[in-house]
Amino acid sequence: MCLAVPGRVMEIAERDGTRMAVVDFGGVVKDVCLEYLPDLAVGEYAIVHVGFALQRLDEESARRTLDLFAELGLLQEEFGDPWEAAAGPAGTEERN
Amino acid sequence: MRYLEEFQNPELAGGLLADIRAAVTRPWALMEVCGGQTHSIIRHGIDQLLPEEVELIHGPGCPVCVTPLEVIDRALAIASRPGVIFCSFGDMLRVPGTDRDLFRVRGEGGDVRVVYSPLDALRIARENPDREVVFFGIGFETTAPPNAMAVHQARKQGVRNFSMLVSHVRVPPAVEAIMNAPECRVQAFLAAGHVCSVMGIEEYPALAERHRVPIVVTGFEPLDILEGIRRTVRQLERGEHTVENAYPRAVRPEGNPAARAMLADVFEVADRAWRGIGVIPDSGWRLSPRYRDHDAEYRFDVTGITTREPEQCRSGEVLQGLLKPDRCEAFGTVCTPRNPLGATMVSSEGACAAYYLYRRLGAPGVSREASPVG
Repeated sequence: MCLAVPGRVMEIAERDGTRMAVVDFGGVVKDVCLEYLPDLAVGEYAIVHVGFALQRLDEESARRTLDLFAELGLLQEEFGDPWEAAAGPAGTEERN
Repeated sequence: MRYLEEFQNPELAGGLLADIRAAVTRPWALMEVCGGQTHSIIRHGIDQLLPEEVELIHGPGCPVCVTPLEVIDRALAIASRPGVIFCSFGDMLRVPGTDRDLFRVRGEGGDVRVVYSPLDALRIARENPDREVVFFGIGFETTAPPNAMAVHQARKQGVRNFSMLVSHVRVPPAVEAIMNAPECRVQAFLAAGHVCSVMGIEEYPALAERHRVPIVVTGFEPLDILEGIRRTVRQLERGEHTVENAYPRAVRPEGNPAARAMLADVFEVADRAWRGIGVIPDSGWRLSPRYRDHDAEYRFDVTGITTREPEQCRSGEVLQGLLKPDRCEAFGTVCTPRNPLGATMVSSEGACAAYYLYRRLGAPGVSREASPVG
């Protein structure tokens, strides 16, 4: 749950009075709130936790982390189907 | 050295390990606070690559693991009510309450939904004005600002059917409690990187000074952890006890000021019980009185639900670093991720679950081949 994943800002828009972005996490795309990093711009990277950008990140370290997370299956855990994971057999819910 | 070649940069990892070996002259016990770090350490066998003088003690930094049974039981009671849509992060589904978990509540007809962000729960509330939508707000300082934003927006937008069951916890009071325990063996801390991304590092120098412990802010990737350990050991060997930031790419000294301002607006500091440990003064947050209309504890009147922790689970000792998971008699026998006695066996960040996944066959690395990890 405390996993924070680097993502790249693709678009920015106001929604319901909130500054929101579409963010790409190595191929998985999610809506992310920018209220805590309001000056983050399109093309920049940030570490994102439960749908909120929390700190700016340089591109090189962001890419390196994303590669590692993809390799370890952490992106699947963060963005996969939690019901499926919770229903799986003992000891295998972790990673695939 | 079987794991070393699996590091992204084996040469750099080897260099850091060589530095640690060269520096160390006597035994040291370091605690990594964050469950994400524990998982990374066990998964990559970092503890087994270190010189034997350097012991890693796994700390209480798994938010799922430290959420008290009483709070889980309150969540289950609310989630079971007709008309309620109960929203949670996915890793709470299998955390056992006294007699069931959220997964089972859903099987019995409860409307339990997993959300990626607390703002998803707020959207569900807007879309279902005739239902009560409750979000389970747990986590450390990293997760608290997102949850705070959802409550703040609910109030601003007048979404009256949205409320939050809050059980947030804070790292510095836990560090204080660990250092004050009479049986404490911890001589230094690897502080949790993403907690510091939000809070900055201002809370730590006083702790380091008072208890004369080095505190090194550390990231989550294997190389980050080795670098955190290297700096910690260097301080210990020199007799120093300062706060260092070994994760500057994601941690600024002041943290995230906008997030901290929101925390100060929405929450107030409160005593919190930690599962298996007990009440730690000022160790958490609850909603401030201004936001009471959105406080699920009051809306559903569950404050009367009180639960004692079961005695057979020794997770409290694990969470304080007094017991290694695989030294517990229940480990892997009566206690497994599917039938856990305690939450440390449930969450992917729990020390017991990490040992179960990567160490349960005894020899290091064997369970990696037996598991679907590959």
